[in-house]
Amino acid sequence: MLRRLRQIGQASLVILATLGRAGVIWAQSLWTKPDLSNSAPLVIQQIYQIGVLSVVITVLSGFSIGAVLALQGYTQLVRYGSESALGLGVAMVLVMEIGPVVSALLFAGRAGSAMTAEIGLMKATEQLASMEMIGVDSLHRIVAPRLWAGFISMPILALMFSVVGIWGASLVGVDWLGVYEGAFWSVMQEGVDFNNHVLKGIVKTFVFGLVVTWIAVFEGYDTVPTSEGIASATTKTVVYSSVAILVLDFFLTLVMFGF
Amino acid sequence: MQMRTVEISVGAFMLAGIFSLIVLAVKVSGFDVGAATNSYSIYTRFENIGGLAIRAKVSVAGVVVGKVAEIKLDQEDFTALVRIEMNASVDQLTSDTTAAILTEGLLGGKYIGLVLGADEELLEDGDEITDTQSALVLEELIGQFLLKAFDE
Amino acid sequence: MVSLEITEEFIEIRNLQYYRGPRMIFDRLSISIPQGKVVAIMGPSGSGKTTLLRLLSGQLKPDSGEIVVNGYHIPSLDRATLFEVRKTMGMLFQSGALFTDLTVFENVAFPLRIHTDLSDDMIRDLVLMKLQSVGLRGATQLMPNELSGGMARRVALARAIALDPAIIMYDEPFTGLDPIAMGVIVQLIRTLNEAFAMTTIVVSHNIQETADIADYIYVVSDGKVIGSGTPASLLDDPSPRVQQFLQGMPDGPVPFHYPAEDYREDLFKNGG
Repeated sequence: MLRRLRQIGQASLVILATLGRAGVIWAQSLWTKPDLSNSAPLVIQQIYQIGVLSVVITVLSGFSIGAVLALQGYTQLVRYGSESALGLGVAMVLVMEIGPVVSALLFAGRAGSAMTAEIGLMKATEQLASMEMIGVDSLHRIVAPRLWAGFISMPILALMFSVVGIWGASLVGVDWLGVYEGAFWSVMQEGVDFNNHVLKGIVKTFVFGLVVTWIAVFEGYDTVPTSEGIASATTKTVVYSSVAILVLDFFLTLVMFGF
Repeated sequence: MQMRTVEISVGAFMLAGIFSLIVLAVKVSGFDVGAATNSYSIYTRFENIGGLAIRAKVSVAGVVVGKVAEIKLDQEDFTALVRIEMNASVDQLTSDTTAAILTEGLLGGKYIGLVLGADEELLEDGDEITDTQSALVLEELIGQFLLKAFDE
Repeated sequence: MVSLEITEEFIEIRNLQYYRGPRMIFDRLSISIPQGKVVAIMGPSGSGKTTLLRLLSGQLKPDSGEIVVNGYHIPSLDRATLFEVRKTMGMLFQSGALFTDLTVFENVAFPLRIHTDLSDDMIRDLVLMKLQSVGLRGATQLMPNELSGGMARRVALARAIALDPAIIMYDEPFTGLDPIAMGVIVQLIRTLNEAFAMTTIVVSHNIQETADIADYIYVVSDGKVIGSGTPASLLDDPSPRVQQFLQGMPDGPVPFHYPAEDYREDLFKNGG
């Protein structure tokens, strides 16, 4: 019993210490006077790496999910003769939940894992240490641009996801299943509110972007510099990010949509 | 040179993001940019609005001519005061126009239907429609039906 | 001790203690390094030689003890000052640690671009000079993955000396090189030390090459200095541990066998 308690205590200390290190890394990388001329190219490079290169997977998934939502939604709605609400249903679900959450999960799998592996490899090959020796703060040079790029890219990817998803739903619903086009869009426009639904969805994506990149960067930076270490850090990034996204989504929904 | 393609694609990426935001705003949530200048307000008073929402459509003969802009409770007589933003192009509403809250389809949303009268006078910005018909509330309907059956 | 004129203690380590978890790496270690000399720190694998370099450059903080480099107390410096001091230090990592996404030229130019406001022409000239001194001026446009191990280390060396540091540290510079590449590195370390009067610290377990270039050698084992002196005097050191290391004897004070219970007992334990 006592041993069990001690194990729990030790485990929570480890978790606290990890959180502490993550916090320090975050604060130290962003706590600096902004130096746009030097950091802008680095941030742009990173937006390319984690944003632009994630576009294809995001758009493809968004389209498929939109199309599936339309198919499933149609079969349910048509039973009540309310298929004109198809556009509304799909748009609501995409803008508030599926868009932010699924694109963040994809982001964690595509960009987050790549970031962890890259930074872990830099650590294992002593590139981070040699950068420090040259007198360059690797937190500012390596970590900070990635944090910013993730924060900027994630909302853009999620917006694309939602738009392509709604387009996919309209292709399936209107062009294929024959929902009246005017109703599809007008019911959607009546029901979806920009401030109440779209903006709150966007707030979620900012939070997800921040958290996923933070986890990815931290796992890379904190990795044990061996092949096994990098492999397990990459896995951890995907697992922790996914859980964090889903748990945070619940609480964000709770807070923002006021239950 | 390679940096250049990176910069261009990042620029396109950002533009795509802004474009998506605009699509969501305009096409999906029906965010009207210049609505305020091209509309005028008229007020209607209902005893029960039964689920009418802000931005619900307002129609004449089934044609959308405006939208619900504001709903508030009048604390004096406890009726719902609804402000409608009418499209400026529809300026021939007679002062004895009636307003009713209707339902679109069986499970559809509520909207306001206007029926024009024969009066010479026209409604102007800020005027109120007095002849209104509240939303049908299912429970009340059933209640009335039962009461009538009981009386007989 | 043979004459070693200690003009100025450029680097001074006093009573250094460092633990990694519960494991003690250094136990009251004291080393002093005079300006402009080549000092080697030798010892068996796992004796914390690389850790010592990291402590010297402030990448790690000691548990107690003093580390003074050129008048700066390294462990107590804040991040900004530490980075300033590091500009006067160059370090050659075991793996070379070239930035894999940059060309050879950009790797060497990196410190210059970060720390100086020199024009592109000036930087180009400086980079070519540094690469010329390691014999790789022709390789400017190669990527690090196109280089052999020896070449990568030479490029890394050119990068380490790009800012003309006062101190240069070599982490296992001879490991994993073919004899020719090894000879090149030995020669480079010597020439750089002589030509630019850089205080040089070599961490290595290659006895022959290190003895060739070092002015003074510290042998470190189990967290302590077990022997020190010029290469010649060290060969006559009476300590059996120093002799075992220098002669490469498989058994001695450092036992061949990892601690275990009795061999016979162990064998017959289950077979009985």
